[in-house]
Amino acid sequence: MGFTLFYLSALVIIPIGGLVVRTLGLSWAEFWELATTDRALAAYKLTFGASLIAALANAIFGTLLAWVLTRYEFPGRRIIDAMVDFPFALPTAVAGLTLANLFAANGWLGKYLVPLGVKGAYTPLGIVIALTFVGMPFVVRTLQPVLESFEREVEESAATLGAGRLRTFLTIIAPTLLPPVITGFALAFARAIGEYGSIVFISGNLPFKTEIAPYLIVMRLEEYDYAGAITLAVVLLIISFALLVVINLLEQWAGKFVKG
Amino acid sequence: MAGNTKRNLGEGHAKSKRGTEEPLWAKWTLITIAMLFCLVFLFLPLVNVFAQAFSKGWSVYWHALTHPDSWSAIKLTLLVAAISVPLNVVFGLAAAWAIAKFEFRGKALLITLIDLPFSVSPVVAGLMFVVLFGLQGFFGGWLNDHNLRIIFAVPGIILATVFITFPFVARELIPIMQAAGSDQEQAALTMGANGWQTFWHVTLPSVKWGLIYGIILCNARAMGEFGAVSVVSGHITGQTDTMPLRIEKLYNEYQGPAAFAVASLLALLALVTLGLKTVLEWKQSLEFSRAQQTPPVKRAPPIGADGGIAGM
Repeated sequence: MGFTLFYLSALVIIPIGGLVVRTLGLSWAEFWELATTDRALAAYKLTFGASLIAALANAIFGTLLAWVLTRYEFPGRRIIDAMVDFPFALPTAVAGLTLANLFAANGWLGKYLVPLGVKGAYTPLGIVIALTFVGMPFVVRTLQPVLESFEREVEESAATLGAGRLRTFLTIIAPTLLPPVITGFALAFARAIGEYGSIVFISGNLPFKTEIAPYLIVMRLEEYDYAGAITLAVVLLIISFALLVVINLLEQWAGKFVKG
Repeated sequence: MAGNTKRNLGEGHAKSKRGTEEPLWAKWTLITIAMLFCLVFLFLPLVNVFAQAFSKGWSVYWHALTHPDSWSAIKLTLLVAAISVPLNVVFGLAAAWAIAKFEFRGKALLITLIDLPFSVSPVVAGLMFVVLFGLQGFFGGWLNDHNLRIIFAVPGIILATVFITFPFVARELIPIMQAAGSDQEQAALTMGANGWQTFWHVTLPSVKWGLIYGIILCNARAMGEFGAVSVVSGHITGQTDTMPLRIEKLYNEYQGPAAFAVASLLALLALVTLGLKTVLEWKQSLEFSRAQQTPPVKRAPPIGADGGIAGM
């Protein structure tokens, strides 16, 4: 018990405290100015925009994937089921490297996509692709247990009462699936905002164009602009805290649904 | 009358079957889309790593891996994992123990704190340690006077890795320990076992699978961590480059095949991790179903089925 608290405080509380104390050294006006430079604003916009699109893509495809994996039997199902966790297991640097290569002009996919005008590497689209990859398991894994424990009888009775399959899905199944999908979406979104490793490779990191907020922190640090780096870090930290609270509330809400 | 009921039931049955399954075309469209998505986002990236690594042949691959700088990166990565994983196993056990077996104030806060590294950006995590131990940091002056280096040196890399990976073991263990409760431990204690014996013979075996699972995940992340390590390492070639950092450096030097060669090792690690995880899950469910099957005689047969309906 004492050990736990000691370890936690040494590793979590002191570092965060250090960051906060450093920020308090800045005046409010200084903080605001550093947090809202044009370059920082462009980076936030890109980070949030790309994360949002990627999390949405994950919500759609993750739901589809979870549905297919729990409801249908088809060759390769077990392999795919095991592979869904691959983005968690693969180091982000490797993910970024291989995705950048796939979508580059001479890559396996880029070869066909670039002539069509779809440039995946060194563009905002590339960032979305990398974030989609990284966040993919979240929705699938939050949804799968819910789908597995879903009672078929409810669907059956809906069908016996004359509801068509689409109507059963929309009125009976979808409302139950919504809470876990939203939780998975929030998890993927939170992960995407902090993501760094995979993006560095695929985005090209051009200021104002393809520079994400975590990368800007690293840039500030390399310029020995500690105040700038810390300010941006605190902004991201506040956002992660807020998302953590939202996710916990969502999980409670979703838990209520499953029990009730 | 009886025949009439039977026919109605039959109809209802056919209809319900139709009603709970999608039409074939919809089913296969969904499967195809899912497969395509997996192809682009799972299988192509994986295959591409190995294809690019071997694109210039075995000798180039081998040469890239045995290059002194790559080799030292491999050794550093192994060292970092060898230190940070055991540390987090001990912490994970202690934290899960404290959370599952005792009631105390601030428990919810403790759980939130344990989850924190999952939601903090790795870059921010690295920066926190720079703020503490960097030259301009709180302890920077003191460390400098005593000629100790944490930031831009191996201790910093280990610290950052420990921070990033510490939720894994604890997160796996907390639900298992909570579900197991503390009855067995109390029984062992009343029968005269001391605390340590109880832990070794009662607690540890009951969380065995979860623990192994947590260690595997923790290890995979420790070896692959990029963002946090990149901030604190200082990128000194041959000294503070871990494997992911080495990949980035090679990539920026346009040494594609060499970067992919190092990456292929990490991809292999990911595959092994997934394989072990799948085997563990399978074993666990096997044990679970065996445990459920042991008293099959006591269970009453499910009510309903043919008998019930025929009687109607």
